[in-house]
Amino acid sequence: MIRLENVSKIYPGQGEPIIEGLNLEIQSGEICVLVGESGCGKTTTMRMINKVIPHTGGTIYVDGKDISTINATELRLNIGYVIQEIGLFPHYTIEKNIATVPNEKKWAKERVAARVKEMMELVELDYDTYAKKKPRHLSGGQRQRVGVARALAADPPIMLMDEPFGALDPITRAHIQDEFIRIQARIKKTIVFVTHDIDEAVKMGDKIAVMHHGKLVQFGTPQDILTRPTDEFVENLVGHNRILKRFSLVECRAIKPSAAVFKITGERDEIIRRIESFERTSSFPVIGIIDDDCRPIGYIPMFKYEAGDETPIENRVKKVKAVQLIDERATLFDALGRLFSSSERCVFRMTKDGICTGIITMGDLFEAVRVNG
Amino acid sequence: MASLIEFIGRQQDLILTRTAEHAAMVLTALAISIVTGIIIGYLITYNKHVAKAVIYVCGMIMTIPSLALFVFFIPILGLGPRPAIAGLILYTLLPIVRNVYVGITSIDPAVIMAARGMGMTEAAITLKVKIPLALPVAFAGIRTAVVMGIGLGAIAAFVAAGGLGVFIFQGIQRGNTNMVLVGALFTTVLAVTVDKLMQLVQRQTEKMVE
Repeated sequence: MIRLENVSKIYPGQGEPIIEGLNLEIQSGEICVLVGESGCGKTTTMRMINKVIPHTGGTIYVDGKDISTINATELRLNIGYVIQEIGLFPHYTIEKNIATVPNEKKWAKERVAARVKEMMELVELDYDTYAKKKPRHLSGGQRQRVGVARALAADPPIMLMDEPFGALDPITRAHIQDEFIRIQARIKKTIVFVTHDIDEAVKMGDKIAVMHHGKLVQFGTPQDILTRPTDEFVENLVGHNRILKRFSLVECRAIKPSAAVFKITGERDEIIRRIESFERTSSFPVIGIIDDDCRPIGYIPMFKYEAGDETPIENRVKKVKAVQLIDERATLFDALGRLFSSSERCVFRMTKDGICTGIITMGDLFEAVRVNG
Repeated sequence: MASLIEFIGRQQDLILTRTAEHAAMVLTALAISIVTGIIIGYLITYNKHVAKAVIYVCGMIMTIPSLALFVFFIPILGLGPRPAIAGLILYTLLPIVRNVYVGITSIDPAVIMAARGMGMTEAAITLKVKIPLALPVAFAGIRTAVVMGIGLGAIAAFVAAGGLGVFIFQGIQRGNTNMVLVGALFTTVLAVTVDKLMQLVQRQTEKMVE
């Protein structure tokens, strides 16, 4: 979708190039994060793609076409653009702000109005409440949503996002990141995303391009970057706690829990007998117990009981806490959090219909990041 | 006081004529200076160095005594309203040029950046973003220029341009206090009225960008 071939940028009168020999290919429907320290050329690279900054060497292809053959306005109208400062028009209502590009493209009035409503719905801003308001009446997070909605309004196949969530407080930022990932899953745009925050890069990126002094030093999936940094620079950038970052890369449903799940059916005494025999023959640290419909009931922390312990089975079963139920699409990082906050040894992995599909222990989490690495 | 009112009553027609003359002269000058001021103010936003020089020159012109400026044009434009209008144009340029320039350059650069990045043409950015956003500040400059122009217009009588200044100059020569007062009073009334009217418009421009 976007291809940079041996691209360079030298400002006249300056000996050192800002960008040198940059080769990068961004696939359709992917988020490619450009990450690096300030001054590494990541923003310059992004702005060369929509010709806000002209490149001085090499070739940039967008959708197979050399951008130097495309009129800048035409190119930009088909590329969504979000910047950190957002740059909403203060004299326009939210509605009119979102309609900017459709209006520039001379869409029919009804089409624009319908699209604005659709966009506001997408970014979860209530139309009746906000459409007629001016940007200054909105919070930072809401303004950034409007920024995203405005960039998406004309349905461009490509989006350029320059530290789009950088100015938000951490809580709002995490929320809007999650929301954006959800939106992207639906709209599948080709996105170039600039950030200096490696955590954000790992979270948002399908691919990460690490830049340093105007050069691409590593390009790969977040897994690649975290597990096999090519040099010391990338290693320092991802930091020594990169193993922790990997927790947020994997969803709970992607791992294979090691603990047993025991489904109880039939008579009470029969159940107890079966659990007892199961206990004796297995070496599982915990055994999860679910009912006929796969709803979690509780679990037995096996490690607590020595062989020959006389505690009756009924008393061994611990009730499951609400905090122990985790959505199978949540990340291992969330699972880790649940484990700690519940002070229990396992969490129950749930589908959205409330079916338990396994129980996850601390050991599973370690195994998962190790194996995936 | 009574004699002043009596004087106004007697000279009603002449006062009206002089006021109309005054307004016409100032209006002509300002129409020209507003148009040129906006154009200059807009163009200099594209080059910081030129902007600095232009605003400096406009500031210098303002330091020239108005009387000298009017007289300066007599050899070129003769006596009458023409040298006065030329002087008024030069004199009122500074607030307009400066405020248009400041109005545009104080727009958040992110707004312009976003507009350009989204694919708005330079013309669209000027029309839809720069002009509306710079309007309140620019208009405040125009308002200052107009009020200043009305006041200065009174001195234009010295170069035989007519207007309310005639009462003042003739009054001084003849030792007629009422005449001087009438000239000053009506110049003030004209200035204050126009200023108040423009204030209303200015509030509207401010509401637009709020």
